[in-house]
Amino acid sequence: MAAIEILGLQKTYMIGFWRRRPKTALRPLELTVEEGEVFGFLGPNGAGKTTTLKLLMGLVSPTSGTARILGMELGDARVPAQIGFLPEQPYFYDHLTGRELLTYYAQLSGVPEKERSSRVNTILARMGLEGSADMQLRKFSKGMLQRVGLAQAILHNPKVVFLDEPMSGLDPMGRREVRELIQELRSQGKTVFFSTHILSDAEALCDRVAVIHQGQLKGVGAVADLTSRSTGTVEIIFCATHVPQALKAICSETRVTGEMVNAVISQQQQETVLDVLRRERIQLISLTQVRSSLEEFYAAQVRPKSSGAGVGA
Amino acid sequence: MNSRIAFVAFNTFREAVRDRVLYNLIAFAVLISAAAILVGEISIDVERLVVVNLGLTAVSLFGVVIAIFIGIGLVSKEIEKKTLYTVLSRPVRRWEFVIGKFVGLTGTLIVNTFFMAIGVFLALFYVAHRLQRSDLAVLTALFFIVLEFLIVVALALFFSSFSTPLMSAVFTFALFVIGNLADDLRGFARITSGFAGIVASVLAFLVPNFSSFNVINQAAHGDAVPERLILYNTLYALLYSAMAISGAVLIFQRRNLK
Amino acid sequence: MNSSRRVSVVAGFVLLGSMACSVLALQAIDRFCMRPEVQQELYIHSSKMLRRLSLGYTGLLADVYWTRAVQYFGHQHHRNSNDFHLLPPLLRMATELDPHLIPPYQFGANFLAQKPPNGAGMPNEALTLMQYGIEHNPNNWRLYYNLGFLYFTEFKDYAKAADAFEAGAKLPVTNAFMPVLAARMAQHAGEFDTARMLWYTTYQSTTDGAIRDNAVKHLAALRVDEDVTHLEELVQKYRKLTKRLPESISDLERVGFIHGTPTDPNGKPYRLTSDGQIEVEDPQLIPYITKGVPSKDDSTANNSSPATTAQ
Repeated sequence: MAAIEILGLQKTYMIGFWRRRPKTALRPLELTVEEGEVFGFLGPNGAGKTTTLKLLMGLVSPTSGTARILGMELGDARVPAQIGFLPEQPYFYDHLTGRELLTYYAQLSGVPEKERSSRVNTILARMGLEGSADMQLRKFSKGMLQRVGLAQAILHNPKVVFLDEPMSGLDPMGRREVRELIQELRSQGKTVFFSTHILSDAEALCDRVAVIHQGQLKGVGAVADLTSRSTGTVEIIFCATHVPQALKAICSETRVTGEMVNAVISQQQQETVLDVLRRERIQLISLTQVRSSLEEFYAAQVRPKSSGAGVGA
Repeated sequence: MNSRIAFVAFNTFREAVRDRVLYNLIAFAVLISAAAILVGEISIDVERLVVVNLGLTAVSLFGVVIAIFIGIGLVSKEIEKKTLYTVLSRPVRRWEFVIGKFVGLTGTLIVNTFFMAIGVFLALFYVAHRLQRSDLAVLTALFFIVLEFLIVVALALFFSSFSTPLMSAVFTFALFVIGNLADDLRGFARITSGFAGIVASVLAFLVPNFSSFNVINQAAHGDAVPERLILYNTLYALLYSAMAISGAVLIFQRRNLK
Repeated sequence: MNSSRRVSVVAGFVLLGSMACSVLALQAIDRFCMRPEVQQELYIHSSKMLRRLSLGYTGLLADVYWTRAVQYFGHQHHRNSNDFHLLPPLLRMATELDPHLIPPYQFGANFLAQKPPNGAGMPNEALTLMQYGIEHNPNNWRLYYNLGFLYFTEFKDYAKAADAFEAGAKLPVTNAFMPVLAARMAQHAGEFDTARMLWYTTYQSTTDGAIRDNAVKHLAALRVDEDVTHLEELVQKYRKLTKRLPESISDLERVGFIHGTPTDPNGKPYRLTSDGQIEVEDPQLIPYITKGVPSKDDSTANNSSPATTAQ
């Protein structure tokens, strides 16, 4: 059973003073996410990522189309217990302590009374918040708030977790922790659906990604596929203070740093370049195939004019 | 289902109680009661009158301000900032949320009023040196004040379900003021004819009618309030609150949370 | 979506139901609060205090008190009450807050003086109110008219009435009847025509429905008084002619004194009693009449003293 099936979900807002002008936030979207997948939802700001999540959470009603989570239709009362949600830059009740907040969510999620405090304690420990558990939330730092947010999203052991820009505003340590958490969730067999515009995170974590732009789905593909294709170019690094005359025409994207030169050459030119380097007695440091990156796939979807390698599968 | 309402209510109560604004306002109200004692020293007979009048009026006015502040702060603000997103992704239904909020807010206000009332009674005891039977009227006046709060909170919730925090506060306060003049609005409606009369009549019945709730002066004179009035007022307050809350539920059900 | 729809439907029903019931509850409260035991006194008796409290919105507050005065009067009148004790202070507050608000003066002139339940029965209060009004609005002919009217109807002081009408007639803007009324006070104060002119002027001087209605009733009563007086004169004339009282009104018709059957403003024919009095069939329907009211005791025919319109 698919964890998430989005079937033609669409959202059009009426804006303007008299609410006459339609603004399409999301064009009909078709997407399926399998159970146990970590799925990345990529796109620039305003692309429709948050709208999609809000539609799935039932915070906003769709103009048309429907979706199913774990086989249950949106609006089915059984859905909320099985999912967790972390919105972008969440805001919580200032005057509650971390523990009280999580207990509140546990109550609302239907966690039985006997298990509540142990569950809350476990989660607090897992997210590294035991020390501040009894401190009021208004004193929490941004990173701590994000951790609390994640805590409430997974505290009731949901099968599908939805995260909206989970890394936003975090320092590198924080981002790393979130990455580890997502990997842990995957190892527990949970499905993780998260939106982000940080490609390196998506590349590192996701099984599949989708790119959305201006409300429209531009492409979907498995990360492995998208990054494995060879671009037919080679990156070469050698010891020199400048690019040798003979190579100036052949090398592109040259960069000189101190006594090292980086250059990109096409695969066919490889032998020619190596000959030149040998003749001039220039030391070769490395020679690597350039692989396509997620960035190029992304850029290709978001800016159709630029030539990108690897259009989505 | 019922337990979720209770959870929301309790959480609302807790959040409200910890907000320092509350305490400042309560302290202020108690201060007014103390001031009333000084003012009353103008004449011996008038002491009790002034304490009750000034004290209860302070409780009423400050209470309404608190009701609006908390009501807006805990609901409209919650909708505007995204506290609500995570809560609604839990199994709690939207209507449970609204009703839970209402119960929590009402509870907060009752506790509030209780503390402010203690200030009034202490002042009363100080000037009268004993509590008499006629002081029961003060209790009735307080009860009516709490009923007023019920209506104000329900209205605050109603406006919060579709309006920004600032506008909700403005609308609620405006309706509170109009509600105190509703008697005259109805009188005006009765002597006007034609279209204006119809509009005035409809408005006069739609706005909350607080006129019969203000028995402060009677309490000051120690006159008992008829039981029938207590019954009618309670009924009206409950009915009107139900109206506002069901309106809030209806609107909130279909609201897109941007 | 099903449960969501259900919630909306339930909420909708509760909304409508509670709305309807709250209106009912409100009406019950109204009825209860209007009972004499419960009726609340004016909280504030000092208009100075009220002025200060009104934060400058004296005009609005004046309107509010004026509205309350009308409402109060209407309510007491409807219940046939004898108690109108709140009317003078209410009117006083309205005019003290806004001395240039004319309708309260007119209302007071008409309804403060008349006896209950058609009025408050406090003619002196009415006088004070008119004088206050004139003091603050010296160029408003209506107020002079009201003053003269009061002196004429309540105090029967025709000299002072004439003075008031004359003062009003001298104003730059005035009513055409004012000088006429002034003149008539001297010689013809007691005549039907004078009273009729007066009430007609009252009718003309205001757009207030209650006052106009009252004036119309007085005019109708005047007609009855006039009819009764005239018919009784004819009865006497018949007696002089035939040496006996007529058996019925048609006797008068037979000798050519009248044509057709005379009826009162409600269309009911006048009746002739055995001792020559004329009576109205249903006096309840015509307030303010002073003649033609059936009496239990046998009184001799009245002199044809003119009816005034006081009640």
